[in-house]
Amino acid sequence: MIQVLIIGAGPAGLGAAAVLAQAGAQVTVVERQSQAGGVPRLCGHSPFGMREFHRLMTGQTYTHRLIAEAVAAGARILPDHAVTAIESGPTVRVATPQGEITLTPDRILLATGAREASRAERLLPGERPLGIVTTGALQDLWFARKVLPFRRPVILGSELVAMSAILTCRQAGARPLAVIESSDRPVLPAPLCWLPKVLGIPMLCTTRIEDIVAKDGRLCQLVLRNAAGHVTQIDCDGLVLTGSFRPESGLARLCGLEIDPATGGPVVDQSGRTSRPEIFAAGNLLRGIETAGRCWAEGRAVAQALLADLPPAVLEISVRAGQGVRYVMPQRLTPDARVALPALQIRLDRRARGTLTLTDAAGRRLASFQTASAPERRLTISLADLRLQDAVGPLTLAMEQD
Amino acid sequence: MERFDVAVIGAGVTGVATARRLALQGWRVILLEKGADILSGASKANSALLHTGFDAPEGSLELRCMQQGYAEYTEIAASMNLPVLKTGAMVVAWTDAQEAALPEILRAAQRNGVADVRMITPTEIAAIEPQLSPDARAAVLVPGEYVIDPWSPFHGYARQILATGSKIWRKAEVIAGRFDGQHWALETTAGNCLARHVVNCAGLFGDRIDALLLGRTDFTIKPRKGQFVVFDKAAGRLLHSIVLPVPDARTKGVVLTPTIFGNLLVGPTAEETEDRSRATVTRTELQMLLDRAVALLPALRDMPVTATYAGLRPATEFKEYRIRHEPDCNWVTVGGIRSTGLTASLGIARHVADLLGAGQDAMPVAAPQMPNLAEHLSRDWQSAGYGEIVCHCELVTRREIEAALSGPFPAGDFGGLKRRTRCAMGRCQGFNCMGRIAELTRGRLCPDIAVTP
Repeated sequence: MIQVLIIGAGPAGLGAAAVLAQAGAQVTVVERQSQAGGVPRLCGHSPFGMREFHRLMTGQTYTHRLIAEAVAAGARILPDHAVTAIESGPTVRVATPQGEITLTPDRILLATGAREASRAERLLPGERPLGIVTTGALQDLWFARKVLPFRRPVILGSELVAMSAILTCRQAGARPLAVIESSDRPVLPAPLCWLPKVLGIPMLCTTRIEDIVAKDGRLCQLVLRNAAGHVTQIDCDGLVLTGSFRPESGLARLCGLEIDPATGGPVVDQSGRTSRPEIFAAGNLLRGIETAGRCWAEGRAVAQALLADLPPAVLEISVRAGQGVRYVMPQRLTPDARVALPALQIRLDRRARGTLTLTDAAGRRLASFQTASAPERRLTISLADLRLQDAVGPLTLAMEQD
Repeated sequence: MERFDVAVIGAGVTGVATARRLALQGWRVILLEKGADILSGASKANSALLHTGFDAPEGSLELRCMQQGYAEYTEIAASMNLPVLKTGAMVVAWTDAQEAALPEILRAAQRNGVADVRMITPTEIAAIEPQLSPDARAAVLVPGEYVIDPWSPFHGYARQILATGSKIWRKAEVIAGRFDGQHWALETTAGNCLARHVVNCAGLFGDRIDALLLGRTDFTIKPRKGQFVVFDKAAGRLLHSIVLPVPDARTKGVVLTPTIFGNLLVGPTAEETEDRSRATVTRTELQMLLDRAVALLPALRDMPVTATYAGLRPATEFKEYRIRHEPDCNWVTVGGIRSTGLTASLGIARHVADLLGAGQDAMPVAAPQMPNLAEHLSRDWQSAGYGEIVCHCELVTRREIEAALSGPFPAGDFGGLKRRTRCAMGRCQGFNCMGRIAELTRGRLCPDIAVTP
């Protein structure tokens, strides 16, 4: 019986656990937090579960359902288990409150998820007072612990998760004073921007934080600058850093996996296999952010590929992001791999209208189409449509603007 | 009113070390800190290097204090469970002009008694640091430069101060004082006290304390801001030693160094500023540091940033330390202690004790066993019974956090808790752990992480 260790009990890890256990694998899921479930367990709001269970659920209900399915299939879920090293073998070192243990699975699935960029990663200027939190931390503070870190915050960023931040603030009794966005329009498509409008929260585009001012250790003012150079001050006591998700790839880096600087996650082929053949990866670890439902489906698909257990690829073609493209994933294509990731997942680095072209090293066009997209807008190219047999790597995906 | 032999004003590295020295020599000390915790001014942001003094001005008090401080620290570190990472440093020349300056750096080091320095070739540099840019022309190797934990020693010294029966008052800003020929009567925001002597270790406010209590000063603080960028622990393996630039007249320049916590640090900048309390980071300078780091170590290009911070160094219009004894009014000012303060602190403490005639060690105090935070040594999570790991990036346990919040000298504010445990100082900067930390610290820190609903 194949032994599989899944690291991370979010939607991708739990989805994979159910598939693997059902197929007869011996499955252990380790989760470093005290509760399984990943990010959705902290979301007190809908919508979750449409793709998986065909009904609308809150994050918590959804989480319970995923855990129940994995456990019913025979997976063992171990919270408070933190992987500290994956040595060759693989030998996995796990810290537990009862002392360190060592696991020796046949295969490993990394599903450590993603998190929002920190203040440091955003190179935000100013002082470093209390009151600056990400949406994820805010949800943990409020939903899980009923702790409120501010009363009148400003929301930084306008991805979908910013709406989640606004909702959480409202539920907690905090009043957001503004949403600020550095580009010239909200990242979120216009129809989805109704929430701040309805609540009378101004959306300040082309606006950047110029300074963070503290008083007695707490945030007291933000200095903002718009494109015209106009400087304004907002007296506030908090700042929610939303979006700019990046893979939680600390462990992937630590165990020496090849990392794609574009996604910030491990390089994988279309079966989800990383540069270490015994380690697979799925979910938001691969690329910043997708919905819980997509991560769940991806976890299940990579689980199937892992079960097929084909020998590591000999022939591989690498794919890389060119002009105008922020990332493309999977980063390696193996003509004979079991397909878990059926399409190239793509994000542009800016709002653009033009022609997206995939070219091989010999200059041949493998795909080319007109598109208009924006940062954080999902773009895909189906791998089934590509004729990879004759392609010469590496492939380059580039966006030529009209 | 409580009576003391000496009041030390300011609990930065200099003040804490000085208070410890005087307390160990049998004086009853009151250490007065206006912040909610010690090390909350200039001392919270340094580059955590233990310097040999190879480049300090020849024959200076600064050099003497550095070398005494270095000697005492390396002597007591093991007994207090304080980590020392014996990295060594190289002063690397990247240009013709810098290369031409190396022989004099070598000779100056030898004049300063740092005998084990030597010139190394690009081949030797590459052998020691294979990831370093191949543009290095030559370097002076200084084997005795080390990386240390910049805060744990001082938390240990604070414990020693308290163990002798001396006191530390936090949130105690000195607002007035009067000398009657015998005693200083000091008025602080935490109460009043009487002390025979005063040692002014007020750092960025040293000149102000001089002016407030003595009515005169012989220097003016000209704060010099230093910004730093900390790279992810994955970058830690890219560098093994401290990479120093060839200094110019004003500053030691931008350093690239491993940290004791397993990260890689680049900084500081050197920016003249008027503001004594606002240590702000700025996009342009942070970007400059990132670019500089990548130029020195190209593999850093794809490494994530873990943290950014800034500190203010209490520079003055003079290059040298401003240590002044005024015996007529039982007063010592320790001013203008800049980049070398961390190394020199124990040496400065001895110098002040000598000025005051405090005598020899009189108070036997057991060496406190400090919790280890260094990445290369055993951490708390490696032994059973830690409860839970609260901060996963830095592997900080609930047992460590609870210890830092209790005992004779608990953390005063969130910064103090971070310095004692490293919680929320890792790559996610609190995304995963802020909630749990807020819960564990409720009502224990000032200000609290939570606002009152």
